Amino acid sequence: MFDVQKIRSDFPALDQQVYGKPLVYFDNGATTLKPKVVIDTLQEIYSKRNSNVHRGIHYLSLRMTEEYEEARKRVRKFINARSEKEIIFTNGTTASINTISSTFGEEFVKEGDEILISAMEHHSNIVPWQILAQRKAAILKVIPMNDQGEIVMEKLDELMHEGIRILALNHVSNALGTINPVKEIIQKAHERNIPVLLDGAQAIPHGDVDVQDLDCDFYAFSGHKVYGPNGIGVLYGKEEWLEKLPPWQGGGDMVEKVSFEKTSFAELPLKFEAGTANYPAAIGMAKALDYIDALGKDQIAAYEKELLDYATLKLSAIDGLKIFGAAANKISIVSFLLEGIHQEDTGMVLDKMGLALRTGTHCAEPVMTRFGISGTVRASMVFYNTKEEIDKLYEGLIKLRQMFR
Amino acid sequence: MTLKEVQEQIIDEFEIYEDWMDKYNYLIELSQDLPVLDSKYKTSEYLIEGCQSKVWLYAKMDGNIIRYTAESDAIITKGIVALLIRVMSGRSAEEIKDANLFFIDRIGLKDNLSPTRANGLFSMVKQMKLYALAYFAKQQKS
Repeated sequence: MFDVQKIRSDFPALDQQVYGKPLVYFDNGATTLKPKVVIDTLQEIYSKRNSNVHRGIHYLSLRMTEEYEEARKRVRKFINARSEKEIIFTNGTTASINTISSTFGEEFVKEGDEILISAMEHHSNIVPWQILAQRKAAILKVIPMNDQGEIVMEKLDELMHEGIRILALNHVSNALGTINPVKEIIQKAHERNIPVLLDGAQAIPHGDVDVQDLDCDFYAFSGHKVYGPNGIGVLYGKEEWLEKLPPWQGGGDMVEKVSFEKTSFAELPLKFEAGTANYPAAIGMAKALDYIDALGKDQIAAYEKELLDYATLKLSAIDGLKIFGAAANKISIVSFLLEGIHQEDTGMVLDKMGLALRTGTHCAEPVMTRFGISGTVRASMVFYNTKEEIDKLYEGLIKLRQMFR
Repeated sequence: MTLKEVQEQIIDEFEIYEDWMDKYNYLIELSQDLPVLDSKYKTSEYLIEGCQSKVWLYAKMDGNIIRYTAESDAIITKGIVALLIRVMSGRSAEEIKDANLFFIDRIGLKDNLSPTRANGLFSMVKQMKLYALAYFAKQQKS
């Protein structure tokens, strides 16, 4: 039994009022709130156990290193990677993607090569590839999407050929909620020897991700979008790929032997972790993953589907409300506009009603351009949200429509 | 009325509104009374782009005073634009360039005009003052 009230009591931030109204937090796509167990873990580490990892001979450092490496194992298990060597800690999805665009780009992309992305990427999975394309005089190609916000698979087939060095694709769209058929796409790409990077920032919090089953070559996600701390992210890469790539940033921890003449680099995964790692955040994230597993990924997905269906039905009933993103397979995101009302007005009024939603382009400007709009209002819901909160959004929107009549 | 007096008048007007919805309703009303900006000024040249809403601002010298006309594609922002014009427009360049807009904070709209806010209002105030500064410098020269 999924006891949402009990779950809500695990998230201290839910228990507050804004402008004298109970907070309804529907901005989970931007960042999720943190369960008490994550907050407590960070506090305990900084109060008692803090010590730098991988270089100390003393008790605290050894224990901290052990915990940090446990966190890596935890992540490995969570996404079912083959080995801990394949789990690189970064400071977030963006850093994970940039690691690959830089190192893979340096090693394997040359003039005239093509890099393939999709029309629904957010800026973090566009700009790094643009920079790479510019640096190497390579060509960036874009797979189009249809009016429902789904990848046009026939176009994908046309665009995919041997001259493509890498395909970078979001697993789930942050602006529309679309869950892309990544397994099928990866298979098609591999038939043409094209490696695939998945941006999993929006996918990881909402369901089961098994990198071996997907067979993706790289997978990137952030801790703060999966109920963990800020400033930590993960880059998964198949070991055979990571072995082939040069290190990205240089510094401490990523080296084996350093002299002024030559430096030899550390083995995986440390080769890609230059400088002091954010080990408290990594350990905190591992706690968040424990929390998710205890709730059950399938139960979370089922409950969130219920929320999505309820919100879609309820909001569609509002006169003049248009939902953007009607993919058959979606996470619990409803991106919408009220006819004749600017998204900024909608967001500002809802804010004063205690409803936290994101408005604007969601850092995915090309997606907005595709639909001929300047932005949307986005309600991104997760397992601690309720149907009663969706009712509040509905009532708020009805009131808003009257105000702007 | 002085710049200070107009601001005090606005603060008085907002005092009667107890909750945010009333304040917003009043701003919506104000937006409807804002004179329309001639479409020839609704171009990128006059655009002050924020992340979400757009604001267009046109300034011209009328004798010794500056007159502003502006518009926004978002209604609440447009209401705030109307207030800014009421306070700033029709004054000397010298007065505008040094204007202390204390009313914004007092009527609770500080969030809407902070530099971190993703709309054009903060930039609009800055642009209004820049115009004034430019005109002022020109006046000093001649």
